[in-house]
Amino acid sequence: MTAYVIRRVLTGLLILVLLSMLTFLLFNALPADPAALTCGKNCTPQVIEANRIRLGLDLPLWQQYIEFVKGLFVGRTYGSGTATFACAAPCLGYSFRRGQEVTPLILDALPVTIYLAVGAFVLWTVVGVLLGIFAALRRGRWQEKATLGAALVGYSFPSFFIGLLLLFFVVIRWRLLPYPSYVPPQDNPVQFFQTMILPWITLALIFAAFYIRLTRNQMLETLGEDYIRTARSKGLAEHTVIRKHALRAGLTPIVTAAGLDLAGLLGGAIIVESVFTLPGLGRLAINAVVDADLPVIVATVLVAGSFIVIANIIVDLLYAVIDPRVRLS
Amino acid sequence: MTETYVRVEDLKVSFKTEDGIVRAVDGVSFGVDRGKTLAVVGESGSGKSVTAQALMGLVNKRNAQVEGSAWVGDNELISSSDDDLRKLRGSMMSMIFQDPFASLHPFYRIGAQLAEAIRVHRSMSKAEAREEVLTMLRRVGIPNPERRIDDYPHQLSGGMRQRVMIAMALINGPSLLIADEPTTALDVTVQAQIMELLAELQEQYNTAIILITHDLGVVADVADEVAVMYAGRLVERGSLDDIFYSPEMPYTVGLLSSVPRLDAVSERLTPIPGQPPSLINLAAGCVFYPRCTASSRVPGDRCATERPDLLQVTPTHAVRCHLDQEQREQFANESLAAVTGAEGGAA
Repeated sequence: MTAYVIRRVLTGLLILVLLSMLTFLLFNALPADPAALTCGKNCTPQVIEANRIRLGLDLPLWQQYIEFVKGLFVGRTYGSGTATFACAAPCLGYSFRRGQEVTPLILDALPVTIYLAVGAFVLWTVVGVLLGIFAALRRGRWQEKATLGAALVGYSFPSFFIGLLLLFFVVIRWRLLPYPSYVPPQDNPVQFFQTMILPWITLALIFAAFYIRLTRNQMLETLGEDYIRTARSKGLAEHTVIRKHALRAGLTPIVTAAGLDLAGLLGGAIIVESVFTLPGLGRLAINAVVDADLPVIVATVLVAGSFIVIANIIVDLLYAVIDPRVRLS
Repeated sequence: MTETYVRVEDLKVSFKTEDGIVRAVDGVSFGVDRGKTLAVVGESGSGKSVTAQALMGLVNKRNAQVEGSAWVGDNELISSSDDDLRKLRGSMMSMIFQDPFASLHPFYRIGAQLAEAIRVHRSMSKAEAREEVLTMLRRVGIPNPERRIDDYPHQLSGGMRQRVMIAMALINGPSLLIADEPTTALDVTVQAQIMELLAELQEQYNTAIILITHDLGVVADVADEVAVMYAGRLVERGSLDDIFYSPEMPYTVGLLSSVPRLDAVSERLTPIPGQPPSLINLAAGCVFYPRCTASSRVPGDRCATERPDLLQVTPTHAVRCHLDQEQREQFANESLAAVTGAEGGAA
């Protein structure tokens, strides 16, 4: 088991290193010249060259990468002579467009995205898994068909459509909620919830629809297993068979899916954040793309990727806790 | 008829499907006493497993209809409520299954799975249950039970797992054990060990066993009585000697001549031609008629138009066939002689 944990963590770290290299390469492969982008209105080739040197973009690629990694762990300094400025670790780079370090940008946006993702995650896993179990237990009856039908509708609508629909009716037409305007929960919890409730619902609807189907299929498959028949033939009550024998096995794959979906959202829910103007990672990323703000793009990709890698490790470890067969192999 | 301990009378199980009603079991009757073994034999799809599951109350009542009656001692199973049936399952009657690899829950230690079987029927502390589990594991021949009790199923071999299943089935001392192809998934050497174990435990617990199998070799070793099923119907029923030495129904004869035998003269086995019929919209007439090579001996087209009744030919032996007794014996002798040489057939 310990060896398994160590192996998983090491491979995770390796993937992170590869990910950072890849995003860094990608950043340099783009046709835009970052030095030119830093140049203001009165741009001359001399200014561009000066900026290139100031930002370290004149160095060979491998050296730039080492500088980048160094910045991540110990911080780095840009420029030379009087024009130097320090970027403390973890330094994710410097946004030429905004004239700002990237790390604080990410740190500002991250909590918003975490609140959004975790809130939606709780909603959709509870609703999706419960309805999925319900559908499986009512197999072949109208309740199953109604649940699956509703899931299909939820699944078919794109999130921006559901988001705009909710925004239009709940906020504009019926005036049930004020127009969303993000504040941190510690500043104004009421306004925080008023702002977050619609994004949570929007995001949760899409995922819940998927989880209903996933859970139902998993449960039906598990309920057909021989060991469920064994449990019944022991004389266990049906609710014990479901709760103790079927759920334990049937929900295991859902842990995987849920962990990875949550991690994916932590990298930013671009559409929902944009619809509800939430200043999260998704919106930061999309703005960076629009502005060709390359360091910010690299940083958001790296952060999002790290979440996925970490979630993968956690999910694998959880799996080993749940399923004893995984521990040995 | 004497009061046998387990009595199944005119059991019918039908399933509603989109294609129509499947009569999986149609009017099956048999009995078995405590300490005795009844073998139910037949091809896949002959309704033998469904019969077992109907007795255990394991068929889904939502799409299956179960009729008839089945008694285990003083308990009538078919009319029992779900909850009464549940209380009998695992205590008075229990079941072991074909595939010991899939029949144990992969996430729980075997000790926990066995203890659960005890504690669902008897109030007992966890420590006491564990003691009893250890005793039971020892009894079914698991070496080192103190260590094995905390193993997960995947850490055990197939034979060991089936021993665990047997321990689980017998841990509450049931008076009826249904074994649904208990050795099919196991190695031949392990098969014999498992059957031996079952016979030993049957003696200890005085259990009635219904052994569902298509392995006639196993039947010959352990059965006291044999019921042959075909297309959901009982086509022949009798003592072990009745079935093996004087089979009368052409299907039974066909089964016996399709099994390799050490005393065979002929190198070739004689398979039964054709496939079992679909159980939806069965044609009138004998269910075996389309594959029966003896039907031409019956005058007229009775085999095609009229369902034969189960005919009691001796106090122990019943046959469902339109041939008269002389024709049946003659057909059996001819068919088996072709496989085993001249001395085959009626012994």
